[in-house]
Amino acid sequence: MDIFLQQILNGLVLGSVYALVALGYTMVYGILGLINFAHGEVVMVGALVSLSVVELLLGTNLGLPAPLLGVVALVVAIGVCMALGFSIERIAYRPLRRAPRLAPLITAIGVSILLQTLAMLIWGRRYHTVPALIPPTPHAVAGATITNVQILIIVVSALIMAGLMGLVHFTRLGRAMRATAENPVVAGLMGVNINRIISATFVIGSALAAVAGVLVSSNYGVAHYYMGFVLGLKAFTAAVLGGIGNLPGAMVGGLLLGLIESLGAGYIGDLTGGFLGSHYQDVFAFLVLIMVLVFRPTGLLGERLSERA
Amino acid sequence: MKEGDLSVHLKTAVVGAAAALALVLSGCGKKDEAIKIGHAGPLTGPVAHLGKDNENGVRLALDEANAANIMLGGKKATFAMQSEDDQADPKQGPIVAQKLVDAKVAGVIGHLNSGTTIPASKIYHDAGIAQISPSATNVTYTHQGFKTAFRVMANDAQQGKVLGDYAVHKLGAKNIAIIDDRSAYGQGLADEFEKAAKAAGGQVVTREFTGTDKTDFNAILTSIKGKNPDLIFYGGMDSQSGPMMKQIKNLGIGAKFLTGDGGQTAEFLKLAGDAAEGAYASSPGVPLDKMPGGKAFAEKYKAKFNIEIQLYAPYAYDAANVLLEAMKKADSTDPAKYLPILAGISYQGVTGNVAFDENGDIKGGSISLYQAKGGKWEYLDTVGG
Repeated sequence: MDIFLQQILNGLVLGSVYALVALGYTMVYGILGLINFAHGEVVMVGALVSLSVVELLLGTNLGLPAPLLGVVALVVAIGVCMALGFSIERIAYRPLRRAPRLAPLITAIGVSILLQTLAMLIWGRRYHTVPALIPPTPHAVAGATITNVQILIIVVSALIMAGLMGLVHFTRLGRAMRATAENPVVAGLMGVNINRIISATFVIGSALAAVAGVLVSSNYGVAHYYMGFVLGLKAFTAAVLGGIGNLPGAMVGGLLLGLIESLGAGYIGDLTGGFLGSHYQDVFAFLVLIMVLVFRPTGLLGERLSERA
Repeated sequence: MKEGDLSVHLKTAVVGAAAALALVLSGCGKKDEAIKIGHAGPLTGPVAHLGKDNENGVRLALDEANAANIMLGGKKATFAMQSEDDQADPKQGPIVAQKLVDAKVAGVIGHLNSGTTIPASKIYHDAGIAQISPSATNVTYTHQGFKTAFRVMANDAQQGKVLGDYAVHKLGAKNIAIIDDRSAYGQGLADEFEKAAKAAGGQVVTREFTGTDKTDFNAILTSIKGKNPDLIFYGGMDSQSGPMMKQIKNLGIGAKFLTGDGGQTAEFLKLAGDAAEGAYASSPGVPLDKMPGGKAFAEKYKAKFNIEIQLYAPYAYDAANVLLEAMKKADSTDPAKYLPILAGISYQGVTGNVAFDENGDIKGGSISLYQAKGGKWEYLDTVGG
């Protein structure tokens, strides 16, 4: 039983990260109808920038307490990623606002490759070791173990998601975002500055991505230029699973995908009597996605998309 | 046709012609006098640090050869390395191999991973070019009947056997969990290990699998924890075994950890950090300071590249040198002439004596065992050789 609980905990940790990144995908899709493939790379940039800041600060030997270093690194990473997200939108996507759907999609893939290559040039190709600023002391919870960093991931993700929901539902900016998502033309007529809202969406999504990047690299102790690609793909899958364009959907999708992957990898071997091994974990996750989409094409929490004028 | 149409067509035609001309001109260059030696390995990706290490070894060998003013076929021989990136991807391996063959290299040192070396070996065999791998340990590579395939260190049949025996007899493991990364190398080594461990009397409680690009192993490790093994064996590279070691400690799994040469690196120690303490790993050959030319080579390498040797650089160096030695003895860079000499050569390299058996495997290959202690690899024992 404690093994089952452990897998659940693993899944929650994994899922919290997926959820954070999925929110970025889903917000951009909700407003622009664009799948921002470069989002996974923003996560990667967040992780690598925070790593560089930490290494820099550790090197100067200021004697600051380790958690403070982490916070400083996080803040810098968030700042850099926000600027990055803003620039990507301005440079790569805004000129293509009126282009056929395919153009921004290909551009997004192009931006993703560009960012990966830039990261490879700046940070090299190695797997970088992330110094453990928070000692990963394991705590025993009802027979399972969870480390400080993992608890932090779950708590921070939950807080951020709650904060985002609050932003979207209880502030003017949030109302403007919801209006733009529903119908940008009419929202513009109602006095909403569409360009600013779109930029804000990208900036918020990128900030979330930065946090996710820092959390992931701290959890596994590794960061490298390619880490965003698969993570982005899985987070996108999670967003689709929950209903793309739907914020609670992204959160549910993320957590669910994390749980499916964890439980799948843990139990596939035993369930199929060794026929399918744990390396079918990804297959399992995508099969679930396909099944959900077959029976609920708009995703688990997705509503039917309203017709655009 | 309207005036406008004509001008557009004319513009397109001019651009097209210019592009074609540029292409043609770029093809004609000064005929290259240098003898090209190919190197293929992962220069990007999770094991780029090892690929670069090999490339440096080859570069060092070729630079020394150029400085030594060797005469081949009556002319001074200048060697140039053509290094290609196969990304440790089995799909890229043959593509890169074809590229080297088309560039008419005289011989190839590579690839690094078994997963890329094996498919690429067919291409080199069809082109009749010698291929010496400094690090691919999977048995299949030299058992395809190719007279062009060689390797300068022991293969996984040996390594797996030594590891399996060691696990059961020396480490006293009765229940063993095996994980591999599903690559040709990882899976091959894990299979050999399983055979040897079972033959030695051990029980394999589970086999789990992961991938060469994964960093999260919590799910499979949790599952393994439930089966209570004495030892966990991992067949795969340091970029996975490093984080894996961390996760093993975090999950509170007390089992011993054993891995193959893919994990016996400085990178593993860095990635696993404190969690690396007590981990066991094997590596073909002997430790650097026990190699006949090891110390001197390490100094040369450090002086030239200003970084430490990762793992296989001495083997890449020897592989390049034994290739050049065969060419010198045959007084030709034509594979048809030097291949038979290469097959029967006996060369004193920095790693020891290099001589090949009828399959292309090295004669007298040995396997050494190490344990991670205090942030360093401590040498334990050597078997074979």
